Amino acid sequence: MTATALTAAQAGLVSCETCALLSQPADAAEPGYCPRCGGELAWRRHRSIQYTWALVIAAAICYIPANVLPVLTTNALGSSDSDTIMGGVVFLYTSGSWPLALIVLIASVMVPLGKLVALSYLLITVQRGSLGSSRERTRLYRMVELVGRWSMLDVFVDTFTVALVQLQPLMSVEPGPGVLFFAAVVVLTMIAAESFDPRLVWDSGATREGRHG
Amino acid sequence: METVACPDCDLLQRLPELPPGGKARCPRCGQTLATEPTDPLDRTLALTLTAAIVFIVANTAPLMGLSAVGRYASTTIIGGAYQMWVQGQEVTAVIVALCAVIAPASYILFMLAVLLAVRRPPAPQWVGEMLRWAHSVQPWSMNEVMLLGILVALIKIAELATVDAGVGMYAVGGLVVLFPAIMVTFHPREVWKRVKWADGELLPPSGARQATRTQVGR
Repeated sequence: MTATALTAAQAGLVSCETCALLSQPADAAEPGYCPRCGGELAWRRHRSIQYTWALVIAAAICYIPANVLPVLTTNALGSSDSDTIMGGVVFLYTSGSWPLALIVLIASVMVPLGKLVALSYLLITVQRGSLGSSRERTRLYRMVELVGRWSMLDVFVDTFTVALVQLQPLMSVEPGPGVLFFAAVVVLTMIAAESFDPRLVWDSGATREGRHG
Repeated sequence: METVACPDCDLLQRLPELPPGGKARCPRCGQTLATEPTDPLDRTLALTLTAAIVFIVANTAPLMGLSAVGRYASTTIIGGAYQMWVQGQEVTAVIVALCAVIAPASYILFMLAVLLAVRRPPAPQWVGEMLRWAHSVQPWSMNEVMLLGILVALIKIAELATVDAGVGMYAVGGLVVLFPAIMVTFHPREVWKRVKWADGELLPPSGARQATRTQVGR
């Protein structure tokens, strides 16, 4: 099958990412704009590999303070108590709701880490020009796109806990600096997934040269 | 027959004529390339109008209330973001407001504009622009994540005080169902068939201009 398969880029055609119209650019170096929807055309997303790497590395750096710094500080009757993300999971587990603890653990710890690993794996295999298991790698990319938003869960939990528990002077909850870093991880990995071009997974080294820059 | 390139693997292929409700997949990577709607656009419009009304309720009615030692407090969605801002987490507040309010509101507005404008083809060029905006805000609209977040917060707080769910929370539940319903029933190809081309041409007969030359610059 792959012996006769022809991609649009190989045929000198470019597919619009907005409206999917196929067109033949007047100038191969500068594909210009889509004649139907006016969207900017590109053979492959602009500097996909560089942008995605930059965002993945930035997210990985933020991932450390996101897990080490407290996300919530509870002040009750003179005593104050700070919780990290993992602390929140442990709190849910010890208070008897282990299914919720599991959901928060998956969404806040495993999904962001999994996304960083998956995107790095996709980037490395594309850069090395690997051609094997392209179908599986495309599926992995779709999963990263689909699941990524769920990491925002903990940010919402913290926001609504803070918003509701404001019973000064008896009890109040304040957000900690960890929330910001955690939200940054989610936003950065979501943009990283959007800037990665899944078509690169299918391009052989020969097609890619000079086309994705 | 129309020639397209797969958005995920760039394989060139011809789309067969599809029966109503039919679906075309890429033979190489399995991505869905086209679906033939049974009822183009009207069902989506009805769902989007419903979502607009439910969205207003979700953002004005209280989400949940808390009572402890004779005191009562309640919050709304934007109240949550506001409290984060007041507590010195301005950036987080903006991110929460974006994902919980601004992105879903923009998605509903852009979709309403697109769906109403294409009822009388040929639709003007800005319709395409709006549809592009709707696609780019859509991943940032996180109703379902927010609902789960609210529920987890409720259970956490229930350890400390009595909490109850408000009307706003049920409305958010409605949005969690309506948004995927809009996306599943919506067929962007039906919109592109009805929109004036950016290069100034009117609607071309279908299939007559498969490979056109793009303009450089706008």
